Amino acid sequence: MLSFAFMEKKQEMLLSELLPGQKATIVRFTTEDIFLKLMEMGCLPGEDIEIVKIAPLKDPVSVSVAGYVLSLRLDEAKHIVVSINH
Amino acid sequence: MIDLPGSYSLYPRRMDEEVSYKVVLNQDEAIKADVIIAVADASSLKRNLLFCTQIIDLKRPMVIALTMIDLARKKGIHVNTKELERELGVPIVAVNPRKNKGIDHLKKAIELISGPLYKPAVRNFIDVKALAPQAIDTVKNTVPGISDYEAVHYLIKHETFNLPYQVQQKIEQAEIDNNFNHTKTQAEEILQRYNRIGQIMNQAVSFPDPNKRSIITERLDNIFLHRFWGYITLLLVLFLLFQSIFLFASYPMDWIEWGTAAFSGWLSEALPNNYFTDLLINGVIAGLGGIIIFIPQIMILFGLITLLEDTGYMARISFLTDRIMRSVGLNGKSVMPMISGFACAVPAIMSTRNIENKKERLLTILITPLMSCSARLPVFIILIGLVIPNNYLLGFINIQGLVMMGLYMLGLVFALIVSYVAKWFIHIKEKSFFILELPMYRAPRWKNALHTMAEKVKIFVVEAGKIILMISLALWALSSFGPKKRMAEAHNTYMTELSKPNADTTLVEEQYAAAKLENSFAGIMGKAIEPSIRPLGYDWKIGIALITSFAAREVFVGTMATLYSVQDDGKENVALREKMRAATFSDGTKIFTLATGISLMIFYVFAMQCLSTLVIVKRETGTWKWPIIQVIYMTGLAYALGLLTYQLLK
Repeated sequence: MLSFAFMEKKQEMLLSELLPGQKATIVRFTTEDIFLKLMEMGCLPGEDIEIVKIAPLKDPVSVSVAGYVLSLRLDEAKHIVVSINH
Repeated sequence: MIDLPGSYSLYPRRMDEEVSYKVVLNQDEAIKADVIIAVADASSLKRNLLFCTQIIDLKRPMVIALTMIDLARKKGIHVNTKELERELGVPIVAVNPRKNKGIDHLKKAIELISGPLYKPAVRNFIDVKALAPQAIDTVKNTVPGISDYEAVHYLIKHETFNLPYQVQQKIEQAEIDNNFNHTKTQAEEILQRYNRIGQIMNQAVSFPDPNKRSIITERLDNIFLHRFWGYITLLLVLFLLFQSIFLFASYPMDWIEWGTAAFSGWLSEALPNNYFTDLLINGVIAGLGGIIIFIPQIMILFGLITLLEDTGYMARISFLTDRIMRSVGLNGKSVMPMISGFACAVPAIMSTRNIENKKERLLTILITPLMSCSARLPVFIILIGLVIPNNYLLGFINIQGLVMMGLYMLGLVFALIVSYVAKWFIHIKEKSFFILELPMYRAPRWKNALHTMAEKVKIFVVEAGKIILMISLALWALSSFGPKKRMAEAHNTYMTELSKPNADTTLVEEQYAAAKLENSFAGIMGKAIEPSIRPLGYDWKIGIALITSFAAREVFVGTMATLYSVQDDGKENVALREKMRAATFSDGTKIFTLATGISLMIFYVFAMQCLSTLVIVKRETGTWKWPIIQVIYMTGLAYALGLLTYQLLK
């Protein structure tokens, strides 16, 4: 029971705040605009996601999700809520 | 068999996806598909299946061709084709086009499903009807014979379909009545599809940890996306790209020029000397030559672009440059067209199709002709040779070369400025996205490159060729015909000169050609605009050359040669340069001073003197509005900056 309570209180944050190498799970999207496109590409709630690289000018970032690597602008990453995996 | 552009899903975003969408949805007037072959990549099956199951639910005869099985196996993915086939309800054939494997099976499957007895499975892959039961029923009643899933697409995309007014109205009403929400429906559909795909994948496919990434790709990315080495590699690749279009294309272009000239020469010998011969040689053949001269550049550029895309490096270029390009309203995908524009704007503009955002694509199209293309080179060369001394700065920097580089930079800088300004004036409501896959690096597919090269040439020749030819003919007429009286006078002078004892026939011929051009409609127009170009330091001869080179910049040199009664010898143009250097205004002052020369070069950096570009912009934007805007803004810039330069330097 304890462990379940702990898991439910997993810390939520925005994908744009994630550090490279930190593993997380997609929780939800905060905007309608891009989530269709993201979902079509396999970026669904429940999928594991990780920032692989940050472009030399800090933006965009590349993320590994659903078995492949996507490039996202920080503006877009801001709309993806994730929870950190421990 | 038609090869359609690939897509992630049936909801199109890019222009090329729109093309595929129309065909698959049976909304394309020209192309009616009997059978759909969906090509799915086994190494990233989950994502590919989304698109496949969408097509399955359209209920049209289809077969799935599964490729990249070898690659998938290497990644530890094993696909049970039979199991997958049972779950999806359509034939699945494993193929390997590189090794010619499975093609016979594919042919058999196509025969089977295109036969009269074949009926697509009745049950849908997901419960489509539940997405919007009433609305779907209404649409199916309005448009009989369509499937549930087709009905969903009618609801979402009917504005873009060619349907009778009443049908449009009814669908519109069905949307309102049932509170149909596009985004929610699509999201729900995609979620359900992935849900079901996930279940099927568990049964039919075994795969290792999906987040295990390729080590080679990661290592390469450590270099290619490095904050220092990444940009060095990028510059190197772009430099090589530009050089190869520029250099490799120059040989076939020389051959084409030589071939056209030789053919024209032969024709003028063989045919009687009259207007029809002139029309054929200087109108039709010159016009056709002006079209095929673009073919080498188009082929080389698209060959290289396809190779870059295939290997996976193209996406990295966008990744590295997006931040910079965004600051002026463009995006990372604008880099390729802009660099290509240094060679030729025509293929560059054709390559903007993969920019998803309409506004960013339009901005890229608008500014690409500002990049100094290879057709400006002959103009720059003759003018630099004329007014810039061939000296060295600090002993090793050639001043002529420096000026040339300056002209190229000027175009580039203004392209960025124009984009920055224009982004405030173009109102297209579409949020800018930059979601793009950074695929694994892999070896290029040469066949694919050849295919694209041929395809793009076909598009250019067939679709742009007609209009280019017509306008070339019109320009020919303008510079060959003139008011009867004036042309007759020129002819009389020619005859008297020719009948004089020991007349230099070649010289007289050349003088007659000059007189004819001078008195033609183009000549008269050139003279008429002299007052307006005089403040830029130009005389009427330059005026005529500006008009005749409207179709193509390099014509400037040929026109100048005719007007100064010398042979255009193609490369050095020594004789022409001598004559231009000696030319004076009526008051005795030299025409080609430093001020005029630089002003004219700057004019050519900016002026929209390229018919083929205008025609291709019309084709790519679908309206004459944008080419017209380009002519106005570019000629405006050319005039204003030419004027400024002359007035400051004189």
